[in-house]
This record gives sequence, structure tokens and C-alpha cells, in this order.
Amino acid sequence: MKKFTLHEGLVAPLDRANVDTDMIIPKQFLKSIKRSGFGPNLFDELRYLDEGQPDQDSSQRPLNPDFVLNKPRYQGCSVLLARKNFGCGSSREHAPWALEDFGIRAIIAPSYADIFFNNSFKNGLLPIILDEAIVDSLFQAVEANEGYQLTINLEKQVVVKPDGTELAFEIDAFRKHCLLNGLDDIGLTLEQADAIKRYEASRRQTAPWLFS
Amino acid sequence: MAGKTLYDKLWDDHLVSENSDGSALLYIDRHLLHEVTSPQAFEGLRLAGRKPWRIDTNLATPDHNVQTTDRSGGVDSIVDPISRIQVKTLDENCDSYGITEFKMNDPRQGIVHVVGPEQGATLPGMTVVCGDSHTATHGAFAALAHGIGTSEVEHVLATQCLIAKKMKNMLIRVTGKLGIGVTAKDVVLHVIGVIGTAGGTGYAIEFGGDAIRSISMEGRMTICNMAIEAGARVGLVAVDQKTIDYVKGRPFAPKADQWEQAVAAWQNLVSDEDAVFDQIVEINAEDIYPQVTWGTSPEMVAPVTALVPDPAEMTDPVKREGTERALHYMGLKPNQKITDIQLDRVFIGSCTNSRIEDLREAAAVVKGKKVASSLKQALVVPGSGLVKQQAEAEGLDKIFIEAGMEWREPGCSMCLAMNPDKLGAGEHCASTSNRNFEGRQGFGGRTHLVSPAMAAAAAVAGHFVDIRDIISA
Repeated sequence: MKKFTLHEGLVAPLDRANVDTDMIIPKQFLKSIKRSGFGPNLFDELRYLDEGQPDQDSSQRPLNPDFVLNKPRYQGCSVLLARKNFGCGSSREHAPWALEDFGIRAIIAPSYADIFFNNSFKNGLLPIILDEAIVDSLFQAVEANEGYQLTINLEKQVVVKPDGTELAFEIDAFRKHCLLNGLDDIGLTLEQADAIKRYEASRRQTAPWLFS
Repeated sequence: MAGKTLYDKLWDDHLVSENSDGSALLYIDRHLLHEVTSPQAFEGLRLAGRKPWRIDTNLATPDHNVQTTDRSGGVDSIVDPISRIQVKTLDENCDSYGITEFKMNDPRQGIVHVVGPEQGATLPGMTVVCGDSHTATHGAFAALAHGIGTSEVEHVLATQCLIAKKMKNMLIRVTGKLGIGVTAKDVVLHVIGVIGTAGGTGYAIEFGGDAIRSISMEGRMTICNMAIEAGARVGLVAVDQKTIDYVKGRPFAPKADQWEQAVAAWQNLVSDEDAVFDQIVEINAEDIYPQVTWGTSPEMVAPVTALVPDPAEMTDPVKREGTERALHYMGLKPNQKITDIQLDRVFIGSCTNSRIEDLREAAAVVKGKKVASSLKQALVVPGSGLVKQQAEAEGLDKIFIEAGMEWREPGCSMCLAMNPDKLGAGEHCASTSNRNFEGRQGFGGRTHLVSPAMAAAAAVAGHFVDIRDIISA
């Protein structure tokens, strides 16, 4: 997994609540058996004027000029500012894969859907939760200042504004440790193989039907 | 010490270890797999040189990509080459590791969330996971069941465990008697309308109360299935005699002595009387009417007798803007009668509503009638090959076909349109599925979520009608 320590990047505002995973990456792209290459189809139905197909060259497709990520001032963005319940809907990990492949390293929103939130951490994509009022003020700041950048310091658990103001955020210690070090959590779990085997041995006694 | 909720008990029973920050290792009893979210997990396993921890807990079936028309040509007859590769990849992965799979032309194939319970592969007290958010369905059996991402699919394959953090407890208590024509689907749509699509985020929701107890196992599956549409990864219903009767005799269910032992253990799978919930939502069953979604989120729902809401009357700017955007996408006007929405297609199917009781309810409504001539298509897609066989044994297929509906092979079909069944741009569909997101059923398609009986009645009328007018007439 890609490490996440310190990141400074251009912020793009996606000003709508309940952005679902069908919106982030529509179903026709889930037919791929690969983990990469979803970036050109991130927000496909919002981003392009035509209906996208999996094996198509997206650089030749008509762009929707009104969609925020198509605006010249947000080209090269790597921090996505979003509204509440971001990533609701299906469990498709293709959603964080598409965001990551597009170049997004962190998301800032008041809340996320649980499965999307969990999937993001597995892919070095940091979903930051900030209060709704703070998120509101960031939307205004991004809107008012072209080239608005934020710095995210995971070690210190702060988002740093251009004027140096620090906005603190919470994160689970285990997730933080994995992100900072780019750790593969399967490897970590397998270090507990003996505990898993002990659990199985005891469960086999109390619930044998689960082992026959 | 306070008693435990059902969720607390399931959590404690599966705890392998727990860290000081609350993250824990949870043991997984059943891992269901389908073709869409598993290929990258198997590939990851191979690249890391790992092997599945316990083959016998895995059960797979292809469901999202399979066509619902003629399948006699086997997997090679899947027209879309990318879909075909995905289904073949599942077959190859299962064959190479020796994982039990109900392949496309196996009569036991179907939507993974219909197949699990049907086979008795979902049992009370289990932890059940699958790379699919509608895994919440299996919570109807008092199993701790939730969707996971592909990285977690790989994690479960490799370790038989998940790294998890305990959720909070919510009880949604539905009390009283459900009205005629009001089904499990209406109950869960009403609940989502009350608590919102993020209302259950961070919670495991237990559905309780006498109205829930009165609902069949299949109806309880419909309710738990859509817990995720209220933001909760987990939906639960406590064990009662209905649960045990449903499981008994199914192919994967415990046999002989173990059956008695299991049933005795399952009796404990209820929340203790003094259990403490972080949140309790009280719902009066008599307040629930047949529901129809009018917008692009499952919380945008109203009784069939209502009018489409008017954003001008909303004070919250985010909500107003969301409603305006939804009405624009749906091609609806504020204060329009829901019963005036004209339909282009009807879809009866999906992991929410494709079981035998759903098909019986729909067939009872269309029996002896014809689908409105204004409809382009009315599709009935059973949830599994065994549901299809049962429906045909009861003559339901003939009722649908005589009414002018199409009777298909099992799969996810038009719920998410990964296969050829989809809506055209601008088309309105009465659908028994679970998500009305923009583009969900096809690019530009407009989905209205309803119960099977409401979908069937809408197919006959060509627009929404109040099912209670038909049943009582």
C-alpha cells in the first residue's frame, strides 16, 4: 500500500451531498478484472456528455464543461472537498481505486459511508472528517481563491490552511500506523495466526456445525 | 451489568483479538463470492504467494454479469467480452482453489444473497461477509453480515478474519399491525424516509417489534437488505421459530445431533431485555403506507398517495438543492401526483425482491390482466434457479407471460444493469430493487423503488396506483 505522510495539494470542491459510488464509478467499469486504470472514468456520467464504455479512449470524449473537475482552475487537484455521506451505496472498491488513479490523495468531508471509508484506507487514500461548519468555510475559501491549496500532515493529524491555521482531525491509531508506514494489513493479521487457530479450536467445541 | 444486544453477542462470539484503540480481529464463518469484486482479491493472493485459510467457508456464484435470456450456450454465450472474462475468471479462481461455486448453468446459481439463505449456507449466529453491500440481507437470520471491499475479500481469503471496529447499536422498533397491501419493502422504505440515507451510518441496526415478528423470513431479508440504504452496514432480526423453521433441512444446514445442538445455541440470539441501545427509533406500523421513491436517493420516498415534494418549501439549502437536482434528473414537477408518473418499464427482481413470496405477490396482482400497452417492457427475474423452478411449478411463469411480461433466467439483471438488461435515457421504471441513484439502471434511467405488488399493479396501469385500491376492490 502507498504511504501517506505529508501531502500538499490543490483542492477541488464537489458541492453535493450523498455522492454515491455509482456516481464515483459507474457499473460498466466494474467489469474489469484489474485494480488500476479507473481514473479516466472517475465521475464518468458527470464528467462526460456521452455514455462511457469500458474499452474506450476517454481522451476523445466530449467533456461536460460545467463539471467541477473539468474546470481549468482545478486541473491537477489532489484533495477533494465534499459534502456529507460521501461514498454511499455499493461496496465497490473501484471507487477509491478510481479516485486514487485520478490523482486524489485525500478527501475532506463532514461524513462518509462506512464501507467507502474503510476501503479508502486500504488504498492509501485518506478520508478526513471535519465539522460541517469548517467544511462549509473551506468551500467558501476554495471558491474565492483560485489555486487554493491545503497541506495534510497525517503524523500531526492536522489540515493546514494557506495562512498556517491548523484544523485537527481524528483517526484510528491502527489506520494511521498502516498509512504512515504503507503496511499490508494481511501480513499484520497473519502475525496473529496462532490466535486465529486457538479461536478455531475453541469454536469447534462450542459450534461444531460451523466446521463440518 | 447491562444485558447484551444481539449485535454485542455476535461480536463477542467472533472476537479473535482486540487492540487498545478498539480495532479487533473478527473471525468470519461464511464468505460469499461473486465475479465483480473478487478477481483482484484472488490476484492479490497469488501475487503475495498466499493460500486461502479455510476453503470450506467460501461459496461462490456469478450473478451481476450473467444474461437473463437464453444460456444454453454456456459462459461462451455471454455477449459482452469483458463480462465474459469476468465470469470465466471467477470459474477459474474457484476451480483452482477448490471453492464450491454454483456456475452460470447450475440450477442452484442465482443472486448471491438469495442463494446463501436458500442453501442454508447462511445460518443464525454466523458472521457472513461478501464483496457486496447488500450482504446486510443475511442479518435476517441473526447473522452478523455485512459488505466488504475487495481488499477485505483478499484479507478474508488469506486469514479467515477481518480487521473491524465495533459499531454502535440502534434498535428500530416497528409496533402494531401492518395494513393490507403494506409489505416488508414499504416498511424499509418508510424507515429510510424517516432516518435518512446516513441515519444508520456507524450503527448495526436491529429491527424489532411485533410488526417485524409478524413478517416472514423472506420479508425480513428484504428489510435487512436495505439497511445499507439507511447507511448501516448491518441489519439484524432476532431468532424466532420462523428463523429455525426456514433453515431446517436446507443443504448446508446442520444435520442430525448437530441440528439440536445448533438450535439450542440459536435460542440465545436475541437482545437481552435489559440490553442498552445507543439509539432507539419507534415506528408505528399503522403510519406505513405503500411507498414510491420519487428522487435519486432512497430517502427521497413518499406514500403512493402523496405529491412530489416542492423544493421551494424547504429551508435547508443543501436539501433544497439536492431535491431540485433530483427532480430535474427525474423529469418530475413539484406537487405532481405520484400516481400520475407514467412508466416505460417495470422490473421485478434483485436481491431485495426476487424470492418466491415476492413473485407470488406480483403474480397475484397481474393474474388474468394485461400489462399496459404504453409499457416498453415488464421484466420478471427470479433470484435463483431454484426460485425459478419453484415459480414454474406453481404456474407463476405462465401468469406473467400471459400478462405480457418477460420471464427470465436468474441474476442481478436490471438492478444495476451490468448485464444487457437496462433502462434507456429518460425512461421511468417501477423497480423492486434497492437503489434509485442516477444512472443506476442505465445511463439517464429514472428509477422508482416499490414493492413487488406495487410494481405489478403499476405494470398493469402504466402508472403508479395505490395497491390498496386493487386489493380491497
